[in-house]
Amino acid sequence: MNETSNKWIGQNTIRPDGADKVTGRAAFAADANMPGMIWGKVLRSPHPHAVIRSIDTSKAAAHPGVKAVVTAADIVDFPVDTPVPLGIQDMRWMCRNVMAREKALFHGHPVAAVAATSEAIAAEACELIEVDYEVLPWAIEIEDAIKPDAPILHDFIEFEGKPSNIAGTLEHKKGDIDEGFAQADVIVERSFTTRPVHQGYLEPHACLVSVAADGKTTIWSSSQGQFMVRAMTALLTGLSQSDIRAIPAEIGGGFGGKTIIYLEPLATMLSKKSGRPVKMVMSREEVFRASGPTSGSMSTVKIGATKDGQIVAAEGTYYLQAGALPGSPIRGAAGCAFAPYDIPNVHSRGFDVVSNRSKVAAYRAPGAPIGAFSVECVLDEVAEALNMDPLELRLKNAAKQGTKAAHGPVFPVMGYAETVEAARKHPHYEAPLGKHQGRGVASGFWFNAGGESSAQVNITEDGNVVVTTGHPDIGGSRAAIANITAELLGIDYRRVSVLIGDTATIGYSNLTGGSRVLFASAMVVTQSTEQVIETLCERAAKIWEIDPEAVVWEDGAARPAGDNAGKFPPLSLAEIAEQANATGGPIGAGVQLNTIGAEGGFATHICDVEVDVDIGIVRVVRYTAFQDVGRAVHPGYVEGQMQGGVAQGIGWALNEEYIYDKDGHVDNAGFLDYRMPVCSDLPMIDTVMIEIPNPKHPQGVRGVGEVPIVPPLAAIRNAVYDALGIRFYSLPMSPPKVIEALEMPEAAE
Amino acid sequence: MAKLHVTTTINGEPTEFLCEPYETMLDVLRGPLALTGSKEGCGSGDCGACSITLDGRLVCACLMLAAEAEGSEIDTIEGMAEGDHLHPLQQKFLEEAALQCGICTPGVLVAAKALLEHNPDPSETEVRYWLAGNLCRCTGYDKIVRAVLDTAEEMREAAQ
Repeated sequence: MNETSNKWIGQNTIRPDGADKVTGRAAFAADANMPGMIWGKVLRSPHPHAVIRSIDTSKAAAHPGVKAVVTAADIVDFPVDTPVPLGIQDMRWMCRNVMAREKALFHGHPVAAVAATSEAIAAEACELIEVDYEVLPWAIEIEDAIKPDAPILHDFIEFEGKPSNIAGTLEHKKGDIDEGFAQADVIVERSFTTRPVHQGYLEPHACLVSVAADGKTTIWSSSQGQFMVRAMTALLTGLSQSDIRAIPAEIGGGFGGKTIIYLEPLATMLSKKSGRPVKMVMSREEVFRASGPTSGSMSTVKIGATKDGQIVAAEGTYYLQAGALPGSPIRGAAGCAFAPYDIPNVHSRGFDVVSNRSKVAAYRAPGAPIGAFSVECVLDEVAEALNMDPLELRLKNAAKQGTKAAHGPVFPVMGYAETVEAARKHPHYEAPLGKHQGRGVASGFWFNAGGESSAQVNITEDGNVVVTTGHPDIGGSRAAIANITAELLGIDYRRVSVLIGDTATIGYSNLTGGSRVLFASAMVVTQSTEQVIETLCERAAKIWEIDPEAVVWEDGAARPAGDNAGKFPPLSLAEIAEQANATGGPIGAGVQLNTIGAEGGFATHICDVEVDVDIGIVRVVRYTAFQDVGRAVHPGYVEGQMQGGVAQGIGWALNEEYIYDKDGHVDNAGFLDYRMPVCSDLPMIDTVMIEIPNPKHPQGVRGVGEVPIVPPLAAIRNAVYDALGIRFYSLPMSPPKVIEALEMPEAAE
Repeated sequence: MAKLHVTTTINGEPTEFLCEPYETMLDVLRGPLALTGSKEGCGSGDCGACSITLDGRLVCACLMLAAEAEGSEIDTIEGMAEGDHLHPLQQKFLEEAALQCGICTPGVLVAAKALLEHNPDPSETEVRYWLAGNLCRCTGYDKIVRAVLDTAEEMREAAQ
């Protein structure tokens, strides 16, 4: 292959971590072991809400094989009255989430942890810990938690002057909502509920921690941010960040759920106390009971439009479950809900509601699917009332460059209207439908993010390239970085090795989250590579004894800029690398930035469903996702993000939900009963990538990973209406609910 | 409790191990045998991340007692490539971006290989039902199904 004739951006190259992943060699969190390693297990609360009066660990500590026991007393306390923000988290809540402090707040809440010579012994010893609980009344669902006489989870939280489970609020206002509705010819107002759903990553949380005698600590774990692991573990254990080396294992899915930690501080304290490396692995049941999920919600959305289809006012009220500690994604729900539309009068509010269930964690575009679900369902009814095509209604009201969004920003170059137009022109939109089939559409928005990113680009002595970045690669970002580096250097992508550094080997990099990774890391990798190219030109100038300004880098080699510069044969990367020591030393560059200019992502989806009216199963039979992807650096993995997001949205809409029993325990804490889509549930998921480059990014990159999960909930619900003539106002549209609705259509509402 | 002594064949290699009567095949593969390519996603046979073949039959290693391996032939993801020569399924998964995080990939590949050995010309529906026991949360299965179908076609052509 002629290395100078290839352009790599936009090519489906083979990922740098690929061969390891298809041969079973890639090392994920639970795959690591250390000499002398022992096993940690967590004792979890059997009650959904209880005061912890005392904990007696003496019998467990005396059990043969037990090497250490920890409780909340071993974890740094963060008093409830002093906020300690860390990213979007608050250490007051993190310290109470990793280990119950004053109270156990949900069934499965960690109460103590044991390390022993085997997993079995650690589990036995957990049973020997005596906890004196004062069981309290509990509230699981939002409606129970916001009732006037609801059990209060935290007496320090007040709302409107009274102790409350409403832990926070958020409000976006634009224009005058009353004036807006006064102009409307059609007003539709509806209320909705969605159920909490788990991120469902296949890899349970796991870590291996070694605290050496001198306090030097190594953490091997899978997360969406090794620097987050380091920072949170340091704060919760009292170690300094420089003493912790957090190594990012390959991560077996996260979807937001691994943007916080659960086990690392417990394993750190167990290792510190025992003097042994400690490995901890959650069971799938523990993952379901005590990690994630995202919020369930209650919402009301009201939209007013004129006869000709102009939306003049929109109002949304969202109550989201936070779980046991504050922090639901109300910003994503209330902020993203109306963002695709240019509406003069908007009022959007969010309420953060705590209740006795596991603390929510981010899940792909946190809150945005909830926000969009209600809005896109109401829009379907507005379109029907206006006798207007639902895509035409969306196009007529589409936000565009210069539109001021209700959540604040003025939109720059963006491609929402293009997604709607592409959907309208696509053959799918006009394709005939069969019996019991229906078609629905919906749109969605996600903020996307930039933030801190670091990269180091080094030229090896034999003239190849090693790129190190600081964001865990969750779905192919290393492949995209290889494409970009190869493109800039004009060399074959296989000469570029891309690695994820640990906290000791690369500079601070923010979480893999917010669809930031390629946006941010491509920026720092580009700047680093440009510096390397400048150095390469300087070295060539030295060899040729000409002015560095007279050298250009083209097609993988330094060349004289023109005839005036002199006549020299090109110097390749390998030739310059070979002479690096003679011309000034090793060649490499690192760049660290707080990246800005990440612009939002928009998508519009078309969904066809077929309902088996005998057994109530809704099957998605055709699906097409249209998205402004900025620039598809590696198209295969962009399509993969779109398809994966759609599949998760289908699960959310049709089957997935947490079911609690009368004792406040999750009743379906396993993959058999928590029904995620399996291969035979889904059709092929067609993708249409619309490339409107982000002008604020060197390659035009726009985050692509999250917005694909935003439209599906409403697209599927609107398709079910088209098939059955029944509008659902609560998710999931699972077989029992569909059967009930078919027998009694008003039940759906 | 005395450990059990088991004599078996793993990826063509004669293998002996000691195990507790309660230990699963997955415990032994991932523990003493250090074959960590088989993953534990659930421990209850619902996710397929620990898919292996036992005498050519596709099973979840987490649902099989290690002692049951006595006298049998087991194949795992580690035995799928021949040296540095990837199996056509492995190669196709890379070319077609049929993996994202990659944790389900070993199990999916082992299951897909078992399918193509039973049925070299599967329909899309047959692929989807065969792989219904292998959860993937990243890809939406689209590229996995395409990669399996494309590999099957390639292998059929190569066999002619």
